Amino acid sequence: MTMNATAPASARNAASALEPGTPGASPRAGVPRPKRTPARRASVFLSTHPRTRLALLLAAPLFWLGIVYIVALVLLLVTAFWSVDSFTGEITQEWTLDNIVTVLTGSLYQTVTLRTVGVALLVTIIDVAFALPIAFFMAKVASRRMQRILLIAVLTPLWASYLVKAYAWRSVLSQDGIWEWLVAPFGGSTPGYGLPATIITLAYLWLPYVILPIYAGLERVPDSLLEASADLGGKTWPTLRHVVLPLTMPAIIAGTIFSFSLSLGDYITVNIVGGANQMLGNLVYTNVGAANNLPLAAAIALIPIAIIFGYLFLVRRTGALDNL
Amino acid sequence: MRLSRLSRTTLGVVTALILVIVYVPLFVVLVNSFSTSTSLTWPPPGFTLEWWQKAFQSAGAMEAVLTSVQIAIIATLVSLALGTLISLALQRFDFFGRDAISLLVILPIALPGIITGIALNNFFRTIMGVPLSIWTVVIAHATFCIVTVFNNVIARLRRMGTSLEEASADLGAGVWTTFRLVTFPQLRSALLAGGLLAFALSFDEIIVTTFTAGSGVTTLPIFILNNMFRPNQAPIVSVIAVVLVLVSIIPIYLAQRLSSDTEQKAP
Repeated sequence: MTMNATAPASARNAASALEPGTPGASPRAGVPRPKRTPARRASVFLSTHPRTRLALLLAAPLFWLGIVYIVALVLLLVTAFWSVDSFTGEITQEWTLDNIVTVLTGSLYQTVTLRTVGVALLVTIIDVAFALPIAFFMAKVASRRMQRILLIAVLTPLWASYLVKAYAWRSVLSQDGIWEWLVAPFGGSTPGYGLPATIITLAYLWLPYVILPIYAGLERVPDSLLEASADLGGKTWPTLRHVVLPLTMPAIIAGTIFSFSLSLGDYITVNIVGGANQMLGNLVYTNVGAANNLPLAAAIALIPIAIIFGYLFLVRRTGALDNL
Repeated sequence: MRLSRLSRTTLGVVTALILVIVYVPLFVVLVNSFSTSTSLTWPPPGFTLEWWQKAFQSAGAMEAVLTSVQIAIIATLVSLALGTLISLALQRFDFFGRDAISLLVILPIALPGIITGIALNNFFRTIMGVPLSIWTVVIAHATFCIVTVFNNVIARLRRMGTSLEEASADLGAGVWTTFRLVTFPQLRSALLAGGLLAFALSFDEIIVTTFTAGSGVTTLPIFILNNMFRPNQAPIVSVIAVVLVLVSIIPIYLAQRLSSDTEQKAP
């Protein structure tokens, strides 16, 4: 921003244009000459030193995010290489690969990792399958008025509490809940609490996060392209496949980043509707709390971090990251 | 591409069905809060206001509301200050590392809550040796609330342009005066919207909270979680859940209206 740096000069020019004989010497008509207070001097200094201004603006937020967040994340990585004295329960700050080896080779961790990734993948597939038609309807079929209403209808549950939504599914899926009541006449029954319930609930929780980027992506596909395709004889499906899908792919992938990474780290939903099943998050939580083994918890937490960064790395060339 | 009437109708029906699925569970919670059954039975055998009365008389629930409000207010104020500073820096300046900083702002909400949670837990307890308290929750919440303020303020700054600020500077106003009289009034509604979103986000956050709250700190979501598995507490939990939805949706609704002309992004 160069505007403030040049401001005093242009102010002087304006003054001298008004009173050509006395450039800057006499007070301008109606505008009192600013007093030379320390605040004024600081202000002048700042407006001629944009870098200082930038540094002052950035200092507090960077201090906060840097210290509280980045340092914490890095230290989490470091902690994974420490251990806990099994006798005193204190953390020993000596480098060891034990936790990493335990996590990589322990059959419990392998099973739970596979289960968690499987759940996250299924949740993502379900969400995309649900989000595509609703996003398409919102962006390309609905009238402007309808579009606004639908957007609010989709956004409102996004803001309802995570916990309330998980609890709502606990009610829906309970032994004499509404699901049982609805399907019992047809010989069905509620899936009860378990992995299917976890998948349903997680898919429900993240659905708005998937709909929104896909909707925004479809909105950006100009109608003229669809018309051009139709004029050239393109039927609905070929147009969808060759025009709409390639253009919205980054947005779809952006949506999958949300559902995939949020599912990977979840542990409360599986507590509420998952029965006795464990996901990676549960193992982390148990080791932070009851088992009091932070280094092991940190090592387990590295699994979802590695998977998420791997996924981000895979999709970085699709432009999905700009659609978040 | 011209969609046939049939495919338009099909899409419409599918959309309607999905919205029904989205709303039914929330509706069930609402109805359950008036049900005479204590075990989430559907259809409700009868209706009563007993649970609403009990919930409002429950000292634990009221205390939890108070704790949540306190945390949300302080976290919102901190995130308003930090979010405004960082959006001014990122929108008005071009410098090396700008993209990295904008990623840094989004990171606390982009990474799963459990990672933010355990990182902060580890940072406070192991590294700093600070016992978990209400303040550790505030710090954690402020960290991920910055992004909602940031999104709102930077969108507004982008739309505002710099011409009014330049005019102000040309007329001799200093840096502070320009901010106070020109920039801030234009940012006001964006700040309010961002602040409301931050408040709602903090008010019902659970995952990071479970990792950063001291043993004596019970926020409303923690209260729900603690009581959910207790026999016969289900109706009271439903009442609190309904209250939680209302408390978070009203500010969100206001925020959406305030920033309806700004490009809104989901955090």
